[in-house]
Amino acid sequence: MLETTFTPGAGLLGGMLIGLAAAGLLIANGKIAGISGILGRSFFPDTRDLAWRIAFLVGLPLGAWIATRATGDALGFEITSHPVVLVAGGLLVGVGSQLGNGCTSGHGVCGIARGSRRSLVATLVFMTTGAGTVFVVRHLLMGAP
Amino acid sequence: MRIAVSLVCGVVFGVGLAISGMTNPAKVLAFLDFFGAWDPTLAFVMGGAVAVSAAGYVATRRRERAWFGEEFSIPTRRDLDFSLLGGAALFGVGWGLVGLCPGPALASLFRGSSELSSFVGAMLVGVIGFRFFTRQRRGVLPQPTT
Repeated sequence: MLETTFTPGAGLLGGMLIGLAAAGLLIANGKIAGISGILGRSFFPDTRDLAWRIAFLVGLPLGAWIATRATGDALGFEITSHPVVLVAGGLLVGVGSQLGNGCTSGHGVCGIARGSRRSLVATLVFMTTGAGTVFVVRHLLMGAP
Repeated sequence: MRIAVSLVCGVVFGVGLAISGMTNPAKVLAFLDFFGAWDPTLAFVMGGAVAVSAAGYVATRRRERAWFGEEFSIPTRRDLDFSLLGGAALFGVGWGLVGLCPGPALASLFRGSSELSSFVGAMLVGVIGFRFFTRQRRGVLPQPTT
């Protein structure tokens, strides 16, 4: 079920572009490219800093759209979760990223790149609970081999 | 200028997410499925991102301020508290349920997928709700003066 193709080259290239964006935002603007932080602080902000956050957040789908058009959607987009699971997952991701002060980008990329102990631990924790959740859903509840 | 740079960085970030395949939730879930048809791509994405981002971080260490005059806003905390661990744990469960985290979820909004919209809607409720209910404790809004 749901097998995907291992694409290390595209992964590495895309990852380096993500790293380039994070490095650029830090060097030019002094800001950390953590999506959940940028998103969260757009709501109860220090309004002086709202414009760059909105610009960054608008750039995300713009870039993904350009790349998807250019590659002919080679890597696809497939959501198979039940509607209730989508809502539960969204709430958990939203609350968890704010409570834990970061997500895959803020802790997993920017934090680890700085050698932050908090980010390394947070990344290990969410990788573990993420893998545990997939194990429970796919192998215990749905009985996949 | 800061805003233009921010937009460009967002675009490059979005291109990277899409090229790496991380905008496909099925691919993220396949990475987290260590006991199934495991797809290790995400590790390569993270490796590439951390390497380049670390080089950028090292470059800032020799500077007082960013190019456009801002001070560097870099977290300095080192303590491991309940918020960090509990938040990361909850985040991971949500990530593992759907295969989406905030970056890819926002990046894929251009597709107009209704499934994605319900995830993003719930995520925004979570983000805004959390920040609303904790805003005084976290000092986001001014405290009452009395």
